[in-house]
Amino acid sequence: MSEYIEHDRNRISVGLVEKKFFTFAAPPNEMMLESGARLGPITLAYETCGALNTDKSNAVLVAHALTGDSHAAGYYSESDPKPGWWDIMIGPGKGIDTDKYFVICSNVLGGCMGSTGPSSIHPETEKPYGVTFPGITIGDMVKAQKALTDHLGIEQLLSVMGGSMGGMQVLEWCVRYPEMAISAIPLATTTRHSALAIAFNEVARQAIMTDPNWNNGGYYGGRKPDMGLAVARMIGHITYLSDEAMRQKFGRRLQDKTAVSFDLGADFQVESYLRHQGAKFVERFDANTFLYITKAADYFDLEAQYGNGSAVEAFAGTRARFLVVSFTSDWLYPTYQSKAMVTAMKKNGLDVSFCEIEADCGHDAFLIPNPRLSAMIKGFLESVFTGRHHK
Amino acid sequence: MRFDLALIASWIEPGTRVLGLGCGEGDLLHFLKTQKQVRETGIEIVESRVARCIGKGLCVLQGDINQEVEDYPDNAFDYVILSQTLQQVYDPARLINAMLRIGRKAIVSFPNFGHWKIRTQLLFTGRAPITEQLPYQWYDTPNIRVLSIRDFRIFIRQVGMHIVKEMATASGRTIHSGTVIRIAPNLLATYGIFQIEKNDHDGGALFPQPDKPTGEAK
Repeated sequence: MSEYIEHDRNRISVGLVEKKFFTFAAPPNEMMLESGARLGPITLAYETCGALNTDKSNAVLVAHALTGDSHAAGYYSESDPKPGWWDIMIGPGKGIDTDKYFVICSNVLGGCMGSTGPSSIHPETEKPYGVTFPGITIGDMVKAQKALTDHLGIEQLLSVMGGSMGGMQVLEWCVRYPEMAISAIPLATTTRHSALAIAFNEVARQAIMTDPNWNNGGYYGGRKPDMGLAVARMIGHITYLSDEAMRQKFGRRLQDKTAVSFDLGADFQVESYLRHQGAKFVERFDANTFLYITKAADYFDLEAQYGNGSAVEAFAGTRARFLVVSFTSDWLYPTYQSKAMVTAMKKNGLDVSFCEIEADCGHDAFLIPNPRLSAMIKGFLESVFTGRHHK
Repeated sequence: MRFDLALIASWIEPGTRVLGLGCGEGDLLHFLKTQKQVRETGIEIVESRVARCIGKGLCVLQGDINQEVEDYPDNAFDYVILSQTLQQVYDPARLINAMLRIGRKAIVSFPNFGHWKIRTQLLFTGRAPITEQLPYQWYDTPNIRVLSIRDFRIFIRQVGMHIVKEMATASGRTIHSGTVIRIAPNLLATYGIFQIEKNDHDGGALFPQPDKPTGEAK
């Protein structure tokens, strides 16, 4: 998602932030994972912005998508070239107003940006886990986040929000800890991965696992499966855009040449762009984490896990006020998937708002500045916050 | 607030659950939420209006009212409001039945096609009437159902419902003003506002209730 990150046009920022770490589940009290395996100790990297109020009623949890991290907003240093991935949304006076709310964002379990994942050192072998890392689920990620919010002394979250895989965590929060989530904003997401979404993930995983450098996950300290991971990223990127977005951004324009080369090089701008995105990605991301996290997203099926196949039943125990948002050109998690969850929420008598935003930039629309989205999130949060204080 | 909406608001009991169909930018719902502490929900099809409503902190869903009403459980609301939209509904009997399945009371308002200006226009010009309330040409009007206050009363009887309250109004100089019409409303009123309920027994209904949703949506 880093390709969209830009400085706030009005130079409004939450300012300097610091990555912190929370470690829990030390043996013998390891965390029980959904797979039945036990994992511990677990470290979560997290960042916060804004101030927690005295009655701890203004905490908002932001969940990141597949390749995001805990760095949601602000800068690490004065010379930091880029702010966090959702800096357009989080900050003073923004959609998620840090003058009012205390924002928490942690790197997911299985991640590679400071939280325990396949590239972390196994405490017993003192070597990276690699593929000995246990399989994880969206539920496990949320369970770990719950340990973090407990540690921060937060009993209820004013809101849980996130897009894409972050949206899955949002839904999981509402179902798993209904007493904790007062409101929820799942953006551009789904209650279950479609065959299309699983298919793209599988091609991406195969690209990594067929890279000879992958070495069955044991590449740490040696040559990394950079080519495989870059191709995986390229595939992902295509699914995050749209026909229209690519037509506008690249068309059939050639890269630094006036005629095609006939030499199998990168002739078109779109080829060059994807190669660049792939090359940039391998510098910051771990291939094994990509495998584990895409699997977690593929396994996600709220209906099956909590509703015997029924979305209505899955949401039966939830109490949150929802704001569901989809985008017209998102073909990875199309609007019908958001509407299905909205229908299930309605049938349960839940308070749900829904808007399909007209956007031609595809699935990644939620990461791109959009005054309409910001205004909706702002108004929704304000209403939940005042509603809470009236009770 | 628009005059007719203010009248509708005066009928709503505080603290109730209200669904507004075709709620626009949410003026009525916002008034009811802040002044009468209702638990509000709105349905609106136009994205920009939905976004405005949500930005005001209202609970509003984007969608087609005819489809969206089907998802709610029975008696999910105390009032279901259909303000100045009935004339654009393809299957009014089905929609009103659905409104009274999901709500205990329905409030319906519409422009009165029996108004004397419309009658005289048709009589003297021989052309499809155009008025302030119905300002369209025959070829670009979204108003596919042409009805008068009298038509509506008959219709409600036929679908096995009854009118609890009704009010007829004539538009004032601005959208915020107007007069309540007590004499010969079908001739003198530009709008009719009705509160309707289901008859206790189902006897006499010409139109069966739409199937209740069962199971879940995929």
